[in-house]
Formats: sequence, structure tokens, C-alpha cells
Amino acid sequence: MTDAERERPAPVVTDDSAVFWDAATEGRLVAQRCASCGVLRHPPRPMCPHCRSLDVEVVDLAGTGTVYSYAFLHHPQHPAFHYPVFAALVDLDEGVRLATNLTDVAKEDVRIGMRVRVHFAAAAGGTRVPVFRPDDESEVA
Amino acid sequence: MARGSLVRNAASIAGVGCTEFSKHAGRTELQLACESITAALADCGLAPADVDGIVSYTVDPVEETELIRSVGFQEITWSSRVPYGGGGSMGVLLHAASAIASGAADVVVAYRAIRARSGATRFGGAKTSPSPTSGHSGTTAIQWCMPYGILTPASWMALNSVRYMHTFGVTSADIGRGVVQMRDYAATNPAAWFYQRPITLDDHQNSRWIVEPCIHLLDCCQETDGSVALVITSRERARDLPQVPVNIGAASAAGLFEQEIASDHYRGDLSIMEGSVALGRRLFDDTGFSRVDVDVAMIYDAFSPILLMQIEALGFCDFGEAKGFVADGHLRLDGSLPTNTNGGLIGEGYIHGLNLVLEATRQLRGTAVNQVTDARTALVTASRTGAILTVD
Repeated sequence: MTDAERERPAPVVTDDSAVFWDAATEGRLVAQRCASCGVLRHPPRPMCPHCRSLDVEVVDLAGTGTVYSYAFLHHPQHPAFHYPVFAALVDLDEGVRLATNLTDVAKEDVRIGMRVRVHFAAAAGGTRVPVFRPDDESEVA
Repeated sequence: MARGSLVRNAASIAGVGCTEFSKHAGRTELQLACESITAALADCGLAPADVDGIVSYTVDPVEETELIRSVGFQEITWSSRVPYGGGGSMGVLLHAASAIASGAADVVVAYRAIRARSGATRFGGAKTSPSPTSGHSGTTAIQWCMPYGILTPASWMALNSVRYMHTFGVTSADIGRGVVQMRDYAATNPAAWFYQRPITLDDHQNSRWIVEPCIHLLDCCQETDGSVALVITSRERARDLPQVPVNIGAASAAGLFEQEIASDHYRGDLSIMEGSVALGRRLFDDTGFSRVDVDVAMIYDAFSPILLMQIEALGFCDFGEAKGFVADGHLRLDGSLPTNTNGGLIGEGYIHGLNLVLEATRQLRGTAVNQVTDARTALVTASRTGAILTVD
């Protein structure tokens, strides 16, 4: 398969998760924030687990964060992806964590604690998903 | 914090049964379940008509109604499925003991049948859509990891494992020493996939990366076809049955806020297994059972990093110290905590954890192939569910 034929699969979108994925396709990184107590949450859910409020806002995030963990995935291999896949957990500066990919970085340069910034990678069906690349300039919030 | 989830001395494992463990069973999960359940009932001299409760855990494809009509259960009054997939495997002991203690059931069959290798979905395969057997609470990983190619249990757990290694300075070789021990046990267990095939640490280190830098090929459990079943009844009734009863001395579970099954990425500190910490606190600190009383332990080793992480979380050594605990031989038959004496899920096979209860039962009956001398107390755990088993 050539690179041009590889296509990242579209996210599985549910009624509860659409708020995140629909924004990503528009190039926005968002999280739910409780309209009552103000606590951010991810993954999305209908109720605030801290105060039980059903009132929710969707807020744009700065898109900067820190690598909490990473892993290079070698096997098994799915035709939609390049291997090794650079998998990561990124702690966003606002305090929520995402599973994602690291891009534009060599394997030997990946570190826990490295600063990263969001960009958006194309996926099937015209969707996009948030991924991260090194960002030495951003300050830890 | 609520600490109520603990059932003590209400029930015993009266019978156990299993199929062969293989890579290609050549028959359905439903049939495998029927065979292991029939064997378990024969083991303790009971009939399907004696059974009024059944329990398994999520990701099991066996439909309860089909099982009832196949085995010939006549009137089921109570049934349950424990969440968290394999992490819920030991929860069948809590659920069964609870049902018996409450009077909801008298004789419970706990079972798991799996075709992890030859079935519709290979357990270690790359999945990009929800499969028929990934249902229940298993779909979150598909939503949040799939678009990133993070498609397998090894890749989900690796993100926690790398953080663990980073926090405590643990190397792949540190983890590999645990694998060498599991394979030593498997080498003398005729039921094990890796019977007569021990490995060296070099073999481990030279096996290919599945996930770098934490999971080599030899760190992974075996995708296995097979089934295990247990018959659980009251202590009183078990005493009148032919086998040595294995008492469920304490059983508990701890599914924590924000946890998922294997894609368990949303707790604050992923370098410790907090569900296992809570479980250990309940099983030991809340019961008066002492960790030094454990003669033999079964610890869910789907992938070897979580073997070390659970040893720490359960309180057998300090955080970050499992590498030394393993290297010093504590998991051996003559060590302080003989562990996974069947070879574990890595060496014997992966019946989604339930074969570890089979092995604990054999140890307490005195019939294990790698028998711990005079084993009286066994610990069985799978991440966030577990039990302490005893014999009189």
C-alpha cells in the first residue's frame, strides 16, 4: 500500500462523544466544562461527576500540553497506519488527558515531559483528529 | 470512602472443570462452555438440575439462554456478568459468594469460554471497529484509541507500562525476569502451551518488539482457545461433596472512578495500579488476612509489566521494588510468594484469567503439578477483582 492509499479510519462517534470529534473535524480542540462547577472533563459524558449538573459548556482548549506517556507500536500492523505507530498520552495544560499520536519527531527524541502542540490529521470520510508535535516554545501553563 | 464490597466465608469452590487449552479448538465457545461446566459438575458430583445460578464476565460471547438450554439447567434464579472483562475475572467469586450468602442462589456455576486465537476476533488482533465480543464496557478503547492506531490490549496497556518504567526506573530486562519465571513453571505443566519450553532472559530480550520499549513478544499472554468452569456452593453443602472444599475466605472488587478495561488511561497516576491498591487494602487490611499468610498467588499476567505492578499495588513490596522482588526469587516455589505456578496466562494459556482460579484450587487441594508444600491460603487477583481462598 502506498502512503497515498493509507487512510486513518474515522472515529467511532456516539451521541455522547460527537461534541469532541465534530469539533476536531472543524480544527478545534475542545473539552466539556461543567456550567455549574466549572470542572473540565474528558472523555465527554452527560453528567458532571463532581456536582451532578447536567448543564454543560464546550470550551476551546489552547492545544498545548505535555507528554505523560508514550509507546511505539510495532505489531500487529493495520494497513491504515505507518509503523511503528507513535502512541502517546498527552496531558493538556487545562488538565485533561488525551490518547493521541506524536508526529514530526524522531523516535529517539520522544520523552516523557516533552512539550507538544496540537494539529489535526486527516481521517476517513473527511474527518480530522487531533494529534501532537513537539513545541519547544510553549510555556508550561 | 465506602468499603463494603467484601464477602467472607460464605461459599466454597466445590468443583472445577476445563477443556484442553489450544490454538484451535475446532468448536464454538458455547460448546467449550458446555464441556467445562459438565466436567466441573462431574468433579463435585452435582447435576445441571442442582444449579440455580450462573455468572461470567464481560466480553464472553456465550449467551446465557443458549447455555441454559444446552447444559440442561432447569431453573436459573440468579445470573450475573462482572464488568471489566478479564479484570473482572476474579469477580465471579465475589458475585457467586454474594448470591449464596444472600440466598439468591444455592449452587452457582462460574464459567468463561474463549476462542482468543481461532475465533471471530483474535484477542491480540488490530481492531478498528466494535466487534460482537467487545460490547458491554469494552467499547471505550475503540472510541478514544482506534483513530490513533492504538488497537490492541498490548498497546492500550503499554501507555501505562511506559509511565511505570519511567517513574521507577524499571527496564525491560527487569520485567523479563518475571517472564522467565512464568515459563519455568509452564515448562513442567503438561497443560501449558509452553510445556517443556523454558526460556532465558536473552531469549526474552531478543524476541521482537510488540510495543517498544515495554512489551516484547514473550511478554504477552497466549491467545488461547478453551474454557474453565467452577461450581460454587455454600460451605456447608460443599463439605458433603466429594472434593476438598476451597473456601472463599474473602472476595472483593474495586472499580475506580474513570477506569476502563485495558485502555485505563484517565486516572491521575498511571504508574501504579490503583484498583489493585484498593483491592489489596480490602482483602488484607479489612479482613485480618496477612500478606505473609499467602502460600501461593495467582496474579493476572495478560502482559508481564502488570505482573510487577500488581505485586507492588497489592502490597507485597514497595512501589518500584517489584523488579528486585522478582530478581531475588520470591516468585519461585521456594520463594516467599510462589506466583502463577501453572505458568500464568503467559505460560499456560489465556482463558481470560479463569484458569488462574483452576490452578489456585489445585494448589489448595494438593494436586498441582508444581505443588507448593502444604498450601493453605491462596490469593487470586485480576487487577481490580480478587479473592483469598483457603482450605481447612
